[in-house]
Amino acid sequence: MSDATFPTDRPSLLRMALCKPGFMVGILIIGFSVLLAIFPGFFAPYDPNALDYLAVRQPPSWAHPFGTDLLGRDSLSRVIWAYQVNMQMAVFGTVFALVTGVVVGALVGYYRGIADLIFGRIVDAVITFPFLVLVIAVVAVLGPGLINMYIAISVVYWVYYARLMRAEVIAQMGNDYAAAGVVMGYSDRRIIFRHLLPNAITPVVVYWMTDMALVILLGSSLGYLGLGAQPPQAEWGVLIAEGRNFISTAWWLSLMPGIAIVLTGLGFSLLGDGLADLLRPRG
Amino acid sequence: MQDQSPILEVDRLNTTFHRNGRPLPALRDVSFSVARGEVLGLVGESGSGKSVTLRSIIGLARRYGEVTGQILWQGRDLLPMPDRALRQVQGREIAMIFQEPMTSLNPLLTVGLQLEETLQSHTDLPRAARRDRAVEMLDLVGIPSAAQRLKDYPHQFSGGMRQRVMIAIALAANPKLLLADEPTTALDVTIQAQILDLILRLADEMDMGVVLVTHDLGVVAQTCDNVAVMYAGRIVEQGPVRDVLREPRHPYTVGLMRSVPENLPPRTPLYSVPGTPPGLDALPPGCAFAPRCAACIQPCQQDRPGLSLIADGRQVACFNPVTKAEGNAA
Amino acid sequence: MTTVMQIRDLHLRFPLGRSLMDHVKGRPGRVVQALNGVSLDLIQGETLGVVGESGCGKSTLARCIVRLYPPSEGSILFEGQDVFAGDARADRSYNRRVQMMFQDPYSSLNPRMTTGQILAEALSVHQMRPEPEIPARVSELLELVRLPQDAQHRLPHEFSGGQRQRIAIARALAVEPEVLIADELVSALDVSVQAQVVNLLLDLQRDLGLTILFVAHDLRLVRHVSNRVAVIYLGRIVEIGDSETLFSAPAHPYSQALLSAAPSLNPDNRGNATRLEGELPSPLNMPSGCPFHVRCPHASDICKSTIPALTPFEGCGEVACHHVEEINAHA
Repeated sequence: MSDATFPTDRPSLLRMALCKPGFMVGILIIGFSVLLAIFPGFFAPYDPNALDYLAVRQPPSWAHPFGTDLLGRDSLSRVIWAYQVNMQMAVFGTVFALVTGVVVGALVGYYRGIADLIFGRIVDAVITFPFLVLVIAVVAVLGPGLINMYIAISVVYWVYYARLMRAEVIAQMGNDYAAAGVVMGYSDRRIIFRHLLPNAITPVVVYWMTDMALVILLGSSLGYLGLGAQPPQAEWGVLIAEGRNFISTAWWLSLMPGIAIVLTGLGFSLLGDGLADLLRPRG
Repeated sequence: MQDQSPILEVDRLNTTFHRNGRPLPALRDVSFSVARGEVLGLVGESGSGKSVTLRSIIGLARRYGEVTGQILWQGRDLLPMPDRALRQVQGREIAMIFQEPMTSLNPLLTVGLQLEETLQSHTDLPRAARRDRAVEMLDLVGIPSAAQRLKDYPHQFSGGMRQRVMIAIALAANPKLLLADEPTTALDVTIQAQILDLILRLADEMDMGVVLVTHDLGVVAQTCDNVAVMYAGRIVEQGPVRDVLREPRHPYTVGLMRSVPENLPPRTPLYSVPGTPPGLDALPPGCAFAPRCAACIQPCQQDRPGLSLIADGRQVACFNPVTKAEGNAA
Repeated sequence: MTTVMQIRDLHLRFPLGRSLMDHVKGRPGRVVQALNGVSLDLIQGETLGVVGESGCGKSTLARCIVRLYPPSEGSILFEGQDVFAGDARADRSYNRRVQMMFQDPYSSLNPRMTTGQILAEALSVHQMRPEPEIPARVSELLELVRLPQDAQHRLPHEFSGGQRQRIAIARALAVEPEVLIADELVSALDVSVQAQVVNLLLDLQRDLGLTILFVAHDLRLVRHVSNRVAVIYLGRIVEIGDSETLFSAPAHPYSQALLSAAPSLNPDNRGNATRLEGELPSPLNMPSGCPFHVRCPHASDICKSTIPALTPFEGCGEVACHHVEEINAHA
């Protein structure tokens, strides 16, 4: 009586990815960025800290494709080495917020009650406060530097993830499979983490991608303001700040790291869009 | 009852959609006609093409797929008509109501406004007369204290009342044909009975033809004059309701009727047609029902049976139709 | 005849919270009265049908029984134990023994787990089989609900509605329950698929000795599968009794109206139905007295003031109506 055949319309993930050129470009950009971040020494033609007082502020040439800075360091090598710092920012600036936010959001969304009320007040407090000011305030208290910047961002940012996760978990609980879990006698932990979380996490992952771009931008801004990475470390914000006074005579100093920021941001956005389509459950 | 000449004649209607570059034959050679005052039931399971038929008639399907054939509306073919001319027919002469009344009403506008909007675009009534007509329509469909309720929003009505509002809006311009797509499926039985009564009464009073799409043979038995049974995009049997339900000739109609638990010893196995309907992208070469049919004979596998006249007003598309004795035994 | 479950005077109220206007006017918050004193016995091995219109509380009752909603008042005794008592709530074995199947086959299965994973999870959480025997049991369950073996590796979206309901049945049966609550199990399916699922349910009940609470709005179906039937109106049972008796001679005016509204397959039965006026009152705003008096053709003064109790009526089961004797004497 049962029908033995099923429609086989399950395209492979790879084929779906290939069908979306934007997603492919995103993968390529971020993939290459990750390579640059892991092996900067392999790609950079020069030592990023090698000084050459004979070649100061030289415009782009075959020897120095991005030119040289005011101490004669090779700009291209410094932009490449900065990938290490900036990609690290994208990860460490978000991952703690992501994990805390997902767990707190899932728990609060599942149990509601008094915890949810308290959470609601925290969200109100954080969201009404200008984000950058809040981060700068935390950095000001803790002192400048990358680690303190990560702490500052995470302390504020988990709330955004938690808010998203909570809303998504509540929406998923409207589906009967959550009720079915209760009826099956499953533990709350299993229902939350095995059933609700995998279905609720898609928008959070997509948000995470765009968020990494935002955190790179934020980290660079703090670097530019002198609150994030400290010179002589190569970091895009720091590099832009170094070129600031020579913008009319040595434009490449600020432009090249700027392009790197834009490109990485674009990569993360395309990746996020592609993932949003890919992770959506079908049927 | 329907001794007049038909107002709508559908002739060999074919509707094809495309998915992933492959054509999906949603309707094939669908032909029927409706006269004024006649209630025609289109019955079938999900995916049989009954809703697509309505959507093809009213011009909704042609935005998403290819529609060919002929839809003669009072002598004019609707298919080649440009959108602008078609819009004059839609709503004014042919109206449609849907299964889910909540989603087809605009939640942000009052019911009165939505009624007047329809009247404004489909009639030449002046403003004051439109309001009177709106009250009259709500009154006609049995909404108590109609004048006050004009100011209410759709969410302030219950499901059954919303469907009444939908009917009021659909009928405001005095159409000659009502297309009803599962109008009572979302409603409870007692409300369903009220709405079906209402549709029947209005069809009679306004001398209007009705095409009623439903999956419930009981609804067909209780409301329709004629019925067309659809399977995999084709009409497999049609005729007067009484005859078709009493003596179904197509094996699919027989199976459909037998799966309804009525007049059966309790807790005995229900009959169910073996297998599942074929996907529209994988139709068998012969009769689409052949793989599930107990009466399947040699030609059924290769050739597709056309609808042929077997008795007065009765057509069946089958090489080996069920005879009366078999039908009763089943 | 052993009673497996006793439901006593079950009330369930959902508070909607007080709006600002309520605070200003000093009104109490609005409350949805979903169940208003439902009492039922579920007898070992029977199928008890529960019918009523949407919003009457039949699904709420089903969800209450499996402890998805705690009742506001009243109790549910399973083998004499109150399932909502403090220590019983922590006991998840009740949820193993009393299983539920849901109406919507598209939302009751986790879209990211394959059929095999769904079934294996149920088996391993309740330790129904030692770990190495689980794959064999999964195959057995698929066979039981007549799904092909290759269904194991597929995700819910690859199945049709009827197949998904079979998966849901297999999941419920995986934990070898004694009681099955079927909440509109086949309402979302086409008639011929409905027939397949209903047949499966009847077979399984016979083979496994299950007790079933069959909640549905399709009267023909309820009549077909049930031994006994309870008719619910606005959170109250208005009539309960043997299925065939109730369907052939309903005693409560609401049961009568409900039955005559169901469209018959016989075109000759047209027009002789008694039609109910009006609609279901909102459970936010319950009428006083008998909840049906607003729509009842036989209502009198006593119906407006006093709630009729469910009492035995000769030749039928129990009926909650002040005028049951006059009404049925006329007929």
